[in-house]
Parts: sequence; C-alpha cells; structure tokens
Amino acid sequence: MKPSAGGLRRVLPPLVLGIAALTAWELTVSLGRIAPFILPAPSAIGHELIAQRGNIWDAALASGLNALIGLLWGTAAAVLLAMVASRFRFLADLSLPLAAVLNALPIIALAPILNNMFESTSSLPRRLVAGIIVFFPVFINTLRGLREVNPVHRELMTSYAAGGWTFTRLVRLPGALPFVFTGLRQASSLAVIAAVVAEYFGGLQNGLGSRITSAAAFTAYPRAWAFVAGACLLGLVFYLATLLLERIAMPYRI
Amino acid sequence: MTAVSIQAVSQVFNPGHTGEVTALSDVDLTVAPGEFVSLIGPSGCGKSTLLRLIADLITPTSGTVEVNGKPAGKARLDQEYGIAFQQAGLFEWRTVQRNVELPLELRGQSRAERRSRTAEMLELVGLADFARHYPAQLSGGMQQRVAIARALAVHPPLLLMDEPFGALDEMTRERLQTELLAICAKTGTSTIFVTHSISEAVFLSNRVVVMSPRPGRITATVDIDLPSPRDEAVRQSPAFFDAVTTVRKALRAAA
Repeated sequence: MKPSAGGLRRVLPPLVLGIAALTAWELTVSLGRIAPFILPAPSAIGHELIAQRGNIWDAALASGLNALIGLLWGTAAAVLLAMVASRFRFLADLSLPLAAVLNALPIIALAPILNNMFESTSSLPRRLVAGIIVFFPVFINTLRGLREVNPVHRELMTSYAAGGWTFTRLVRLPGALPFVFTGLRQASSLAVIAAVVAEYFGGLQNGLGSRITSAAAFTAYPRAWAFVAGACLLGLVFYLATLLLERIAMPYRI
Repeated sequence: MTAVSIQAVSQVFNPGHTGEVTALSDVDLTVAPGEFVSLIGPSGCGKSTLLRLIADLITPTSGTVEVNGKPAGKARLDQEYGIAFQQAGLFEWRTVQRNVELPLELRGQSRAERRSRTAEMLELVGLADFARHYPAQLSGGMQQRVAIARALAVHPPLLLMDEPFGALDEMTRERLQTELLAICAKTGTSTIFVTHSISEAVFLSNRVVVMSPRPGRITATVDIDLPSPRDEAVRQSPAFFDAVTTVRKALRAAA
C-alpha cells in the first residue's frame, strides 16, 4: 500500500463522519426542531467564525500566551520536583498525595480566588491556574519515568563507576523522556482549557473565555459558538505542537 | 599474573533473615590471561552471582576477588573488564556509535580518540555500516554484537558475559560464538562466560566450570582440548561430542 493511500484511509472516515454530523445538525436546526437561541446552526456559527476571524485570532493569541506560559512553568516545576522527589524515596512518597490534592483542586474554585489576589488587569492568575493544572500529569509521569531504570542499564553504569549526576544525565533523564511527553500530551490541552475557563471569572477581557461569556451575555449565541470553535482549534494546535516536539526530541522512536 | 583470582568466596543474601540464601559457598577459581572459561550449571547455582562478584557489582560476604592483580573494587574503577548481559541493554536514545562510545566518554577520552576506537570496534563485530542506526532498527543478534563492541571498547584485559546469546535463535547464536572466539583471539582478552548450554560452553571454552545449587559451589572443572581455530568442523568432530558428554556427566553428578 502506498503511504498516501494509507493516509487517506486514516483521514477519510473521521472526515465523512464530521461532515455527516454537521449536515445532520444543520438540518435539525433549520427544520425547526431546535430553537436557534438554544443551538445555532453550523452555518450561522461558520458565518460568525469568518466575520469575527480577526477578533478570534487576537483572543486566541491572548489565551494561547497564557496557556503557553502556564504550560512552560508548570512543566519546568513538575520535572524539577520529580527529579528531586525521585532521588529521595520519602520525598516521593510524601509528594504523591500532595500532588493528588493539587490535582483534585477544581480550577473553577481556584480561579475567582486567584483573580481577587491580583489586580484586575493582570494575566498572572490565569497563567498560575494553567500551570497548576499542567503540574500534576507531568509530575506523576516524569516521576514514574525517573524511577523506572532498566536493571541492565543500572548494572552497566555501576560497572563504569558512573553514579550521581552522571547517571541521572546519561540514563535517568533520557529514559524518562517518553514519560514526560505522555504527561505533556495530556497537559497541553489542559493548559488551554484552564486558561480559557479562568477568564470566565472577570479580569482582562482579551481572551477567548471572556469573549465567550460576553457574547453569551448579549445572547449572540452564534458568536459565542464561534469563539468556542476558536478555543477548540487552539487546544488542537497545542496538542499537535506537543506531538511534533515529541517527534523531534525522540527521533529514535520509530 | 592471573586474570582473575577468587579465593574462598562465599555469598549469603539476606543473612539472619527468613529469606537467607547461600548463593555461593567457599568458591575458588583462577583464570589465566587469555583463557576462555565458561560457568555452567542449573538455575540457582550462583553462576551469575559469581560473575557479578568479579564485576564488583556485589561484594562477597567473605573471601577475596582479584582482577588483574587488583582487588575487584579497584579493578572496576579502572575499567579492567567489559561486561555484557543476556539483554543487550543498549541505550535506545543513542545511536550504535554513541552506545559504543559511552564507556570511552566516561573515561574522559577525546572525541577523536572515541571516534577511531568506536570505528575499530564496529569493524570488529561487522557493524561498521550501522554506526548511525538506533538500536530499535537492529535485530537482536546485531544488538548483542553492539553490546560486545561496547564491552570491548576500552580494550579491557577481561570480558565478562552473562548468557549473552541466551535470547537469540540457534543460527545467530552459533555465528556469534564463532565471531566471539575470533575477537577474543585477536584481542587476547580473557573471558568468563556464563551459560546454560553445554554445547555452547564446550565450543567456546578452554575450561568449563560446572556448578551446582543449594549452596552454589563448583563441583567439577573440565578441560576442553579441541583444536583452534574452532570452526564448523570442530562442532562436528568426535572430540567435541566426547567433551559434551563429559560435561553432561559432570552436571548430572552434581545435581
């Protein structure tokens, strides 16, 4: 089979399903089964998507930047702390339940509190929320990766009289990389969700989340949906960028 | 000077606990420079433990282990031996070239030195064309060859092997046995080789050391007097089958 044929075979079914679903949605709404203020037709949303594309782009940039900064600091903190925790068993045992508590913390509950802690024009609370959400999946996966060292690698490095930081740098960190990316793949979409949802609680009106709330408040539902579609695309971009980074970082995985 | 000298070595795991196991009891063994010695015996006879003692990956409960005239600990720090295991244990994120380079890198050798030594080693195991490949792109037999090249990269006087061909198919295994003998002859390396296979031990060795379990100890030593270089003709010869029978009997007697 040619690669193009394989690619087509993979792309075609979801494409057909998507078009069929959109058509069914359009027909259901336009045939009057659903009031347009409850669920606008995809054509109306598409119309808004084009009309608002400049606004959506700007809002996506603002939300995307918050998500990216959250993703970066959350990942950095998670990897560093996982490295520390993996060196000391009691720290790992101690940190796992703490990380679980952090994970159980609902962003919905956290965002308004953080918002009140900073000025209303600050993007900081959103970046904090995004980072906190990112922390858990990256931390858990990295810790697992750092702890799982192939016993043969361990014995080899002992035979080379290589321990401590040399061992971490040459064996543990590269060995943990696939695990880090497993965490990052989950975290990348979560960072976008967190950044967008954090905007629902006031503050700067520049991101996708604030645009969705204000459009909904004006009963401009097709516009609200257009921004939701923008948020969806932003999440997808983050996810795909992570996959690409994974390919680049680990060329040895075929 | 001897390549390896083991005197009155005993190894007890979990001493004083319910799980106490005497892995080795009062073992003496001497290996001459350039000699090829196989350790053979059933599971639990302590042959892998003995190899790890020589490698200083574990410390004996009592007795002394010397490698190249030095205590085992000092010998390990000086990289007096290379080691290969049943799993090739290559670092999958490093190319073949960089895998073989690793022990040289840890010795602080310069880039140019490492390049030329690695090229020499890969030539030796017949993988010169695969230097830039990643381990995942190689077959099991090729990975094991890389592991051997890596073990020999620092030109150690001693090679330790723990069932290195155990996971390979019979054809690959026999080919690698012949290659290993050629490499050892060329480099003059002494070898201690742990195996389950009687024919493998006989084909490779100058001497086969037969061990038995509970407690692990050496029960017999069989000198193998076969012509060298050892090739397919040797594998078919009556002398080879006689030696196989002798080792088999020694194993039966030990059990």
